[in-house]
Amino acid sequence: MNDLVIEITKLTKTYGEGDIAVHALKELDLQVERGEFVAIMGPSGSGKSTLMNIIGCLDRATNGLYILDGEEVSRLNRDQLAAVRNRKVGFVFQSYNLLPRLSARKNVMLPMMYNGFQNWSEEQRSERASELLDLVGLGDRLHHLPTELSGGQQQRVAIARALINDPSLILADEPTGNLDTRSSTEIMGIFHRLHAQGATIVMVTHEQERAHEAQRVVNVLDGRVVAPQSRIDRLVDA
Amino acid sequence: MLQDTVRPASAGRQTLQDGSFKDLHGMTLSNSFNVAWEGVMLNKLRSFLTTLGIIIGVAAVIVMLAVSAGAEAEIEDQISGLGANLIMVTPFRSFGGVRGAGRGFGGGGPGAITTFTYDEVLFLSQNLDNIAGVSLEQSTTQNVKGGGSTLTGVSIVGVTADFLEVRDYEIGQGRFFTQSENDAIQRVAVLGAGIAEDLFDGNPIGQQVRIGSSRFTVIGVMAEQGVVGATDNDGRIYIPAAVVFKRFGGSGFGGDRVRMILVKAESGDVMDGVMEQITSLLAGRRQIDPSEPNFGVRTQQDIVDARASTTAAFRSLLAWVAAVSLVVGGIGIMNIMLVSVTERTREIGLRQALGARPRDVQRQFLLEAVMLSLVGGLAGLFIGVAGSVVFGALGGMRTELVPLSLPLAFGASAAVGIFFGYYPATQAARLDPIEALRRE
Repeated sequence: MNDLVIEITKLTKTYGEGDIAVHALKELDLQVERGEFVAIMGPSGSGKSTLMNIIGCLDRATNGLYILDGEEVSRLNRDQLAAVRNRKVGFVFQSYNLLPRLSARKNVMLPMMYNGFQNWSEEQRSERASELLDLVGLGDRLHHLPTELSGGQQQRVAIARALINDPSLILADEPTGNLDTRSSTEIMGIFHRLHAQGATIVMVTHEQERAHEAQRVVNVLDGRVVAPQSRIDRLVDA
Repeated sequence: MLQDTVRPASAGRQTLQDGSFKDLHGMTLSNSFNVAWEGVMLNKLRSFLTTLGIIIGVAAVIVMLAVSAGAEAEIEDQISGLGANLIMVTPFRSFGGVRGAGRGFGGGGPGAITTFTYDEVLFLSQNLDNIAGVSLEQSTTQNVKGGGSTLTGVSIVGVTADFLEVRDYEIGQGRFFTQSENDAIQRVAVLGAGIAEDLFDGNPIGQQVRIGSSRFTVIGVMAEQGVVGATDNDGRIYIPAAVVFKRFGGSGFGGDRVRMILVKAESGDVMDGVMEQITSLLAGRRQIDPSEPNFGVRTQQDIVDARASTTAAFRSLLAWVAAVSLVVGGIGIMNIMLVSVTERTREIGLRQALGARPRDVQRQFLLEAVMLSLVGGLAGLFIGVAGSVVFGALGGMRTELVPLSLPLAFGASAAVGIFFGYYPATQAARLDPIEALRRE
């Protein structure tokens, strides 16, 4: 039985109405299995960003079905979507999006503020955040403010934050877009390690090289997925 | 079909089942408080300046309430110091709200004030029924010599023999003068407790005092009273009214005119009857229409009521001042919260992405606004209380802290925070996370 984390069927997203309607997504289909590392590529205007927003439950589709981790989320309201994001999606942004006045550890603990982890004591939550920072190699930077960290380090804090609620999916939007080659390689290394441990990762990128580090590349063009290729296919093609 | 793959609930996390997670999701109140407090402390100077309006408003209200309560208490003290069942007969126009007084007598100028003569006082005391006594208080200040010392500027008060009865005062030593001593224009004096102490070491009874240039024999000392209102009753000397009017011709006592006649009724029940008698007797003697007298007959209650309506008007003015300053402070808070929401749009977007519901965002910003105004209210409370105490001690004005100030300061500032914080908080909650995250 194939265990799907993302199951998108005939997904449509239309902005505006009538003559001025823009069809960002046109009956798009996409499936991501548990434990897969998928890269989404596409030129600007292809609908890639819209797709990512819907996958991340930040936006809702106009039509179609989206089942995330066994749950239909296409019809949920704003409150319910917030809960789904909190529990099932770990976001990693291009610009890290850390709160500047909070320490690394407090930043990692942020998502716990919005769910049942509040039943945990402050120490328990701190400890979990510390463990995750240790996992991304920042065990000695717990109390540093984001401004005291390098870009790569900030992105690692963001990854720890994405992991804190044990999400079904890590959704990374251009995670290496703001980083130099060395830091990018480090960040990709962390993703590979998480993938090896069974994490499901969807990464949106425009960098060919980074995309091809993933197990599978999904090309989005004009609101549709074109020629999904596995690495094996690619090797065969080559 | 979707719920068949239920995953075990790990710590702090529950499997989502079409909305059943609702109770588990969302911020605790203490977390909301912490985040809101962080927001307040994020820009301390700005928060302080924002709350300044509230601080000033609340402090001003508390000080003004204390001053008005102090003034009110002072009046109460003075009036209640007069004694019970007392009727005051005053010249028309000397107080507002005169009962039974006609309008427009004598053209309404200052010349219309018609005082009383000593004969009228005697007339009333001889003809009124159901009274305990009639008195008057005609005072001047004189230098007083006695027992080898001299006191300057002592208050000398000419009164009738009924004075003790009328004012409910008590004699401490010796006795008060009698009706016959008064009628005989005897130069006897009753000293206030403080005067007796200042002048004489031993027993003052039977000693001589020189008031101005006249010698008086001390026949009694009043019981100690302390300071009532602004008046030091222990610092007075009482002499027979007849001496004042017949011997001195009222010189130095404000002429031979009596400014106020005090009548004490036998009991509260006969007050109205006594008042009617006064009006008809005095009007009859003056040969004027009793329905348009040129004097006022009033009870203490009338004065208290008149004062109360004045203070009520003052209070409502204060309430308006308070309301205006709080509204201005509230607008300041709303303004700064709108700025804050704009500045922190990206943070709001991030929090939404991480799982904050619109209501979590709303609560965070609403709490922040309430905290700003509550901190302002608290600071205003302290400054107002301290200001009232300092003002009372140094400003030469009596102030009395009103217990109502505390709930008022808190209630009003909390209400201002909620009212003016609601709109910015709702704006924050309405932000679209995608748009918000894109904002620089």
